[in-house]
Amino acid sequence: MTDYVSTLSVDLSLLGPELVLLVAASLILIFIPFRKMNYLAPVIAVVGFIVSFYLAMGQWSEHSSGFAGLLTCDSFGVMFKLIFLLASFLSLLIAHRYFSVKGINRPEFYALLMFSTMGMMVMANTVDLVVMFLGLEIMSIPLYVMAAFNRRSLESNEAGIKYFIMGAFASAFLMMGIAFVYGAAETTDFRRIVADFSYIVANYKVYLYAGAALILVGFGFKIAAVPFHTWVPDVYQGAPTPVTAFFSVAPKAAGFAVMLRIFLYGFEGMEILSDVFWVLAVLTMTVGNVLALRQDNVKRMLAYSSISHAGYIMISLVVGGPEAISSAIFYLVAYTFFNLGAFAVITILETRSGCKSDFVELAGISKANPYLAAVLALFMFALSGFPPTVGFFGKFYIFSAAVKSGFIWLVVIGVMNSFVSVYYYLRVIKTSYMDAHEGQPAVVKMVPSIFLVLVITALGTLGLGFFPQKLLELSQSAIFAFL
Amino acid sequence: MIPISAYLILAAVLFGIGTVGVLTSRNVIVIFMAIELMLNAANLALIAFSRGLNVLDGHVFVFLVLTVAAAEAAVGLALIVLIFRNRESINIDRFSIMKW
Repeated sequence: MTDYVSTLSVDLSLLGPELVLLVAASLILIFIPFRKMNYLAPVIAVVGFIVSFYLAMGQWSEHSSGFAGLLTCDSFGVMFKLIFLLASFLSLLIAHRYFSVKGINRPEFYALLMFSTMGMMVMANTVDLVVMFLGLEIMSIPLYVMAAFNRRSLESNEAGIKYFIMGAFASAFLMMGIAFVYGAAETTDFRRIVADFSYIVANYKVYLYAGAALILVGFGFKIAAVPFHTWVPDVYQGAPTPVTAFFSVAPKAAGFAVMLRIFLYGFEGMEILSDVFWVLAVLTMTVGNVLALRQDNVKRMLAYSSISHAGYIMISLVVGGPEAISSAIFYLVAYTFFNLGAFAVITILETRSGCKSDFVELAGISKANPYLAAVLALFMFALSGFPPTVGFFGKFYIFSAAVKSGFIWLVVIGVMNSFVSVYYYLRVIKTSYMDAHEGQPAVVKMVPSIFLVLVITALGTLGLGFFPQKLLELSQSAIFAFL
Repeated sequence: MIPISAYLILAAVLFGIGTVGVLTSRNVIVIFMAIELMLNAANLALIAFSRGLNVLDGHVFVFLVLTVAAAEAAVGLALIVLIFRNRESINIDRFSIMKW
């Protein structure tokens, strides 16, 4: 804020990856009226994601800020940019096949996906609350449309409107919280809040704490922490499956990026937060797992499972410190691989006619599609945290960071929850391998795009499981630049 | 001279009315209006703080929030129209194909 000279010479390279996405998405929108060229939309999107990924990698070691200090660039933010781009890229590949089969392969979808990803990248790369809010809205508004993208499906409509109401409700809480923090601190910039923290607490404690609580509620909705999770199962079940795949990974990672920054950096001085997160983490893990036990729809089961995974990651918000942050990043990368992989399998199974992704439809797929059943089993083992998949190491690093800081009971509850979760993940494997299918089970037609997704996610799940060291080093070097 | 705290209390009351409206109302349009009320409560709080602290940032934030609310309204109303076309009702109790 103070360096006025540097604000005059705007350095656009800070926004490079975001601008690439913006330009590519706008190109797609411009070409919409030319029906014959609509098939180019996914190509433009893929090129956009790859260029953006390349530019984001180039930002890795540079720690800088620009636009009057409103945007920052540190390795923590860049790490999250890479996670968002990977998740969006894989979701795009899944979506192309699914939407073609369902007859709704419209180019708008790819533009919305890119706008949303751009919003996430803004969210993860700022230390200013108002810019975080704007990033969140750029992310969320395309997501509402994407949830309702299958216009003729009543389920998809219902998912869209439910997501919209809960999302807008959460944004209102967030904005009220930001207003109160602004009133207490006279700024929304975390660097200044951290610098004056003791003064603010001494003079405006009520405003600051009220603001922090409202912000917590707002982001609690976004990452689906338990008292605020009610929308998740319906939205995940109703939305088109590739969109669900995207929802379960990217917006969640964005929410965690912001929460890690706000609560482990900005409001680090509030001791009560650790206790609050302790309760939320335990509730989120337990409720997610218990409700997942009795689901008959695979998408709905994965929705509850994603709630419980958010609970495991919230342990790192309780613990705090560099080790917890790096373990959360590790988990989010790992989760991107195996969760998107699981959804890719569910999606391609759903391209058979008349499928609604219920458990019974999985029966006997191992006979007709042995490879598909095998990778599905791999992803289920990773979700439940078996070695040697990366799911095991993700949980291991989070739990070991918690043990080192003395949160033994939290870890005990977390481990018990992982044991409970094994039941419903193994149920998927049991249904696909052992249950009999009436008549001839349908063979699924494999297409290159989904094949590529399955190869990437399976290699990520197994490869990082055998060699977790590389990813661990990477996530340890992802730090807040202004600590 | 009206103190800042009076405006803040008004903002809190508006926010509360909005929250209750979202949670109890059955009509999607009314829910939507209640959400707008909550956002405007936040705007009022921003303006009040901004005046109280004698800095201008808060005024700018209000314009940002207004823009966001307009974008949300565009998408939200489009969704409501879509739903009305498909099922001729905007009563939230009927959005229950899936378990709520």
